[in-house]
Amino acid sequence: MSSPVSTPSRRRGGKRGRGSNPPTPQDARSPPSQKRRTEESTSTGDLQPMPTSPPADLQSPSGPDALFSSPPQFRHAAIPLDFDISSPLTYGTPSSRVEGTPRSGVRGTPVRQRPDLGSARKARQVDLHSDGLAEDVVATEQSLGQKLVIWGTDVNVASCKEKFQKFLQRFIDPLAKEDEDIGLDLNEPRYMQRLEEINMVGEPFLNVNCDHLRSFDENLYRQLICYPQEVIPTFDMAVNEIFFDRYPDSILEHQIQVRPYNALKTRNMRSLNPEDIDQLITISGMVIRSSQLIPEMQEAFFKCQVCAFTTRVEIDRGRIAEPSVCKNCNTTHSMALIHNRSMFSDKQMIKLQESPEDMPAGQTPHTVALFAHNDLVDKVQPGDRVNVTGIYRAVPIRVNPRISNVKSVYKTHIDVIHYRKTDAKRLHGVDEETEQKMFAEERVEMLKELSKKADIYERLSSALAPSIYEHEDIKKGILLQLFGGSRKDFTRTGRGNFRAEINILLCGDPGTSKSQLLQYVYNLVPRGQYTSGKGSSAVGLTAYVMKDPETRQLVLQTGALVLSDNGICCIDEFDKMNESTRSVLHEVMEQQTLSIAKAGIICQLNARTSILAAANPIESQWNPKKTTIENIQLPHTLLSRFDLIFLMLDPRDEAYDRRLARHLVSLYYQSEEKMEEEYMDMAVLRDYIAYARSYVNPRLSEEASQALIEAYVDMRKIGSGRGMVSAYPRQLESLIRLAEAHAKVRFSEKVETIDVEEAKRLHREALKQSATDPRTGIVDISILTTGMSATARKRKEELAQALRKLIQSKGKTPALKYQQLFDDLRAQSDTAVTKEMFEEALRALADDDFLTVTGKTVRLL
Amino acid sequence: MPCVADWLNNPFSIVQGIFAQNVPNSDWEKKVTEYFKEKLKENNATNWVPSLNDVPVHYLKPNSLVKFRCMVQDMFDPEFYMGVYETVDPNTNARVLHFGKYRDVAECGPQQEIDLNSSQTVTSERQTFYCVPVPGESAWVKEAYISASQARVSPSTSYTPSRHKRSYEEDEDMDLHPSKQKEQHMGNSGGDIHGCVEPKRLETEASAGHHLISPNCSPPLDLNFPLPGEKGPACLVKVYESWDSFKVNDVLEVYGILSVDPVLSIVNNEERDSSALDPMECMDTAEEQRVHSPPASLVPRIHVILAQKLQHINPLLPACLNEEESKTFVSNFMSELSPVRAELLGFLTHALLGDSLAAEYLILHLISTVYARRDVLPLGKFTVNLSGCPRNSIFTEHIYRIIQQLVPASYRLQMTIENMNHSRFIPHKDYAANRLVSGVLQLASNTSLVVDETQLEQGQLDTTGVHNVTALGNLITWQKVDYDFNYHQMEFPCNINVLITSEGRSLLPSDCQVHLQPQIIPPNMEEYMNSLLTAVLPSVLNKFRIYLSLLRLLDYSISDEVTKAVEEDFVEMRKNDPESITADDLHRTLLVARFLSLSAGQTTLSRERWLRAKQLEALRKARLQQQKCVNGNEL
Repeated sequence: MSSPVSTPSRRRGGKRGRGSNPPTPQDARSPPSQKRRTEESTSTGDLQPMPTSPPADLQSPSGPDALFSSPPQFRHAAIPLDFDISSPLTYGTPSSRVEGTPRSGVRGTPVRQRPDLGSARKARQVDLHSDGLAEDVVATEQSLGQKLVIWGTDVNVASCKEKFQKFLQRFIDPLAKEDEDIGLDLNEPRYMQRLEEINMVGEPFLNVNCDHLRSFDENLYRQLICYPQEVIPTFDMAVNEIFFDRYPDSILEHQIQVRPYNALKTRNMRSLNPEDIDQLITISGMVIRSSQLIPEMQEAFFKCQVCAFTTRVEIDRGRIAEPSVCKNCNTTHSMALIHNRSMFSDKQMIKLQESPEDMPAGQTPHTVALFAHNDLVDKVQPGDRVNVTGIYRAVPIRVNPRISNVKSVYKTHIDVIHYRKTDAKRLHGVDEETEQKMFAEERVEMLKELSKKADIYERLSSALAPSIYEHEDIKKGILLQLFGGSRKDFTRTGRGNFRAEINILLCGDPGTSKSQLLQYVYNLVPRGQYTSGKGSSAVGLTAYVMKDPETRQLVLQTGALVLSDNGICCIDEFDKMNESTRSVLHEVMEQQTLSIAKAGIICQLNARTSILAAANPIESQWNPKKTTIENIQLPHTLLSRFDLIFLMLDPRDEAYDRRLARHLVSLYYQSEEKMEEEYMDMAVLRDYIAYARSYVNPRLSEEASQALIEAYVDMRKIGSGRGMVSAYPRQLESLIRLAEAHAKVRFSEKVETIDVEEAKRLHREALKQSATDPRTGIVDISILTTGMSATARKRKEELAQALRKLIQSKGKTPALKYQQLFDDLRAQSDTAVTKEMFEEALRALADDDFLTVTGKTVRLL
Repeated sequence: MPCVADWLNNPFSIVQGIFAQNVPNSDWEKKVTEYFKEKLKENNATNWVPSLNDVPVHYLKPNSLVKFRCMVQDMFDPEFYMGVYETVDPNTNARVLHFGKYRDVAECGPQQEIDLNSSQTVTSERQTFYCVPVPGESAWVKEAYISASQARVSPSTSYTPSRHKRSYEEDEDMDLHPSKQKEQHMGNSGGDIHGCVEPKRLETEASAGHHLISPNCSPPLDLNFPLPGEKGPACLVKVYESWDSFKVNDVLEVYGILSVDPVLSIVNNEERDSSALDPMECMDTAEEQRVHSPPASLVPRIHVILAQKLQHINPLLPACLNEEESKTFVSNFMSELSPVRAELLGFLTHALLGDSLAAEYLILHLISTVYARRDVLPLGKFTVNLSGCPRNSIFTEHIYRIIQQLVPASYRLQMTIENMNHSRFIPHKDYAANRLVSGVLQLASNTSLVVDETQLEQGQLDTTGVHNVTALGNLITWQKVDYDFNYHQMEFPCNINVLITSEGRSLLPSDCQVHLQPQIIPPNMEEYMNSLLTAVLPSVLNKFRIYLSLLRLLDYSISDEVTKAVEEDFVEMRKNDPESITADDLHRTLLVARFLSLSAGQTTLSRERWLRAKQLEALRKARLQQQKCVNGNEL
């Protein structure tokens, strides 16, 4: 049960309807027409009632009979004859369309109805003193002599307006650092600059961040949240006054409308409850469906069939009060609706679904209906992630107009006031600052506390996939991958961005929980993607162009790599991926971009993703006698793009077996709670990584750079003694990235020697595993960079020479039998010569134009 | 026998009474639930409540108390309703307060109007679940619930509780599950009865299908059952309390007030007609309307007073095992466990054509359950691949039928190219109708899924087929299904026992492959298998059922001592033969040991069991090795 004492909506007046006997509509309405006028002349001198407006707020003379379809309880002022700009009561009445006056200034600019506020609903003002209700109201503004509040609220129109004007004129955002602030002078009142913008651009909407309003005036903010329907029109008035004061000659399409956003009550869809009805809320979600445009009648135009007298009727809650008597000729039922002279506004129904992150596990997402009006129609498309600010509404459903029973359920929807797309940046890659996750202070404290622990690196790596036993170094590697290096920008020197992401390849025997590790990582990071090399195509990984069946528009659909921008893309069965698919990875893994040229769309998308891939050896079992390349049959061009390549082999070691056994047995009887105690919570780990990724940006210190240089030189030296190169600049870059990531683990802003040490160790460890030449047992980087170890290359050379000698020794025979030659070579050689080696040698000689091989014979040239 | 009580037939009068007494404060709601909780605690009171599972909706009195055993298939959006509202008589101006809880329609007298602006109105929130009967629920479960039920719906309706009226379903059950009165004539013609079961079932399904299609609604409304050929009412369950604790695929038993108000169906038509007039009401598409407020005659509403999650749906076991009385039941049963196990083993050995090793593994499989998850790794799943099954489908079909007789819920998935390409496995969200369209893999916990791979022929899998196979593989490996939400996928953990029958090694992953070695080849498979079931006494069959359901729920631990021993053993094994013993083998042996201990009613691992587990594994592996050799020679 949500709330046994739930508060009714404002309209029902339970919470705010003061006193047990609220004034009946008649009482409440008749005096204000007078009062309002006085109030308005005192406070806003320059505002007079529209001269063209018909006389004030008259009760329709025909009384109740005139309203023919409207429900009985709403019988009042169906024909609004009054237009009074200072009062929200009739704010937005279209009868104010003034013809003939110059289109400038507050009076000349037409008012546009605000269907988003439900302008059809009549608010009523209450004179506090005359009703004797003043005690209940916090009437701090009494000194000004204004005693009017809007009925059912504590909003005093005049003071509210004044406060909002003050806010506009004075507010300077102390923390201004928002993406939309570009081009604004941060030391000037922010919203005045916005008004200037409106004057220049001519878009009559003013977006107001509720957070700003809150920091400026808490009470005004509260009023806005609680009574948006009354307060926003008041804001509108205030803005328009200021605006036309400043720019009297400005010509706008209609008067400026205020659009508040970022109401601090930003919530999850799940937490909406009856108390939010009629309040201003901000929720986030994903658009799943949008309806076609619905023309909604705002004002009906009636013409008398007899005397051609015309009249306009405003829509009241979706109903037209058709005049039954012509006021001119008094004929009954002579008024007919003229469609093409009635006024319609655009409307659209949109379904918003809870974002997947907000959802508790095991439940289906909630949805909520949105109504967008006028220019907000078609602003969002299905699939967009948006933050919506609007008024939450609940409308009772009538079972049958002829039966008095009412379905006891309300229909709920949100009238949209403001949209803000949240994922627009993803594709364009504006700075990530705005994507930073917000952390509660205690959480940050906790994380910082954690980071000071000496063994934090070990701690974190053991918290990673605790169910997978040992493989400490691999886990450490993955941990560093999760943190990533620092992003460096060399665009100015022409090299573009340096990759900060660390790529890791795991290869090894089947059944060594590689997939499990991948699954874990995929579940851990917020923007992880998991694909299997077997099932994915190049298109599935990158992006493809699709024709939208409805709009016939070409749409770019992004694949796994683009979707995991700033995340990790886990690719299982990497070796099973076909050649063309793998080739797209080349660009992604070094340049971190994806270029698309398809169906007329040419673009470059960001794919700053780390790749964690797993590959199985080609002969199902790892052959220790072969090199990594030979075992997994991947092109070395791709392999050299991996910073770390680990072998996950089954170690044959008694102590290891014993520990493994103990670990597994414990899995099978420990209860779930106990397990959680032992290891760091996945949530903590996730937050730790997120925090480090967004707030820690380590730079190399002097000693560290020195250490890196030494390490690199050392690596080069190892090989040079034997006449081969054992390190390339790519390895140096890897080292830097790893060192930076390690510094991030410590929340350190500086990369120090210990980071370099660990990076070196890990790098060497990975090399030892993957780049050891099985024939010599020496670590040889060229296995990874050229696909062949130096000794293997030497042997190949030698064999070719031996073959050449053999053939030359045979004298002048133009052609030789293939098999014969092979047997001879084998007989001559002291080491075993396989058929492959023989063929390779033949090919080498053919390349030298020494011979050609045709079928089973070898011809000399 | 208590007289027909008000709380059963007219719960609203009780609620009204409590409401009237406590009206100014809001604890009347709490008092109502307490009242019904008390009532239902009384001796066997739950049996007096008619169940939607076994009584057709049109026999039930509207606004009476009913119960429903169901699985949450989908969750709709929460709705706001008038918790308390006031009516006004326009003539006399008399005001009356009413409660809107447990109702779909705010009622008021003929001379009255609802005051929508009253200050007394309280808006409250409730959640709607779309519930379907437990998918794949075995016939014997339904039968047992029906016979336990003592509900007699009041004579004012046309319903008379004579047995023959209760649909075909039950007749069929009677045949399948011989009850006492039938036993006498069973002796002479046992086999024949079963021979005719199959055509009968087909007929039932066909007629059930027609039944759904016929009423008023022109294109048939898809009731969204996960499994094809399911029947029984789907129901919109309105939950008033702690709905956050329920999840999709939970099995619930709800007690609540049945609402089949025909007005609800009128709402649809009216709304559609008037939608042009009233823009507020056209916000849902016609499909969404149809799905979210289907005719009440087809999809009744239940306003929940009490709801509880069920640990299991086995009617032979006490519903909640933690209570005092059920503890004695458990201990009684545990004391006579070993003969039951022996008998079950014998029975299954016969069923598996005399292969006792396979029977042993089948028992282990049937009591397996995911008891914990370690990050992504589900622990306790034990998918068995029974290879070497004869190619004709009679055998696998009968194996399934036997399993069906033993477990409360099961489904046989025939893995044909046709099936894989055309059926929907993964539930997906239909945004036009705003609902989760179910798929075969949307199953409740502890459902037995028998995948029959012997039916698979060579052929081309299309995209759907590949997705389906992947989903099945994921289900087996990770015990989760990724539901398709179009813009994203969402992971739903599950706990489903998968048994794969195949000729050779299955193409699906499995935890353990057992190669069947038939000892007897019956000349007439059909007859042989049929006679097996009839030969088992119903009381014995019931014991098997209790055995399998109960052992799943037991706790388990391993002492330090045994841990040491296991460690030693593992190291030793690796020393001797490092090639063939891997961590996976240890995993599996530990699982086998776990279930072996549990199957004997022991909650700790003993040294003997560990050795026995190793022995079983060795036997199993030897068979696989042998099989490889045989195949090698053939080739």
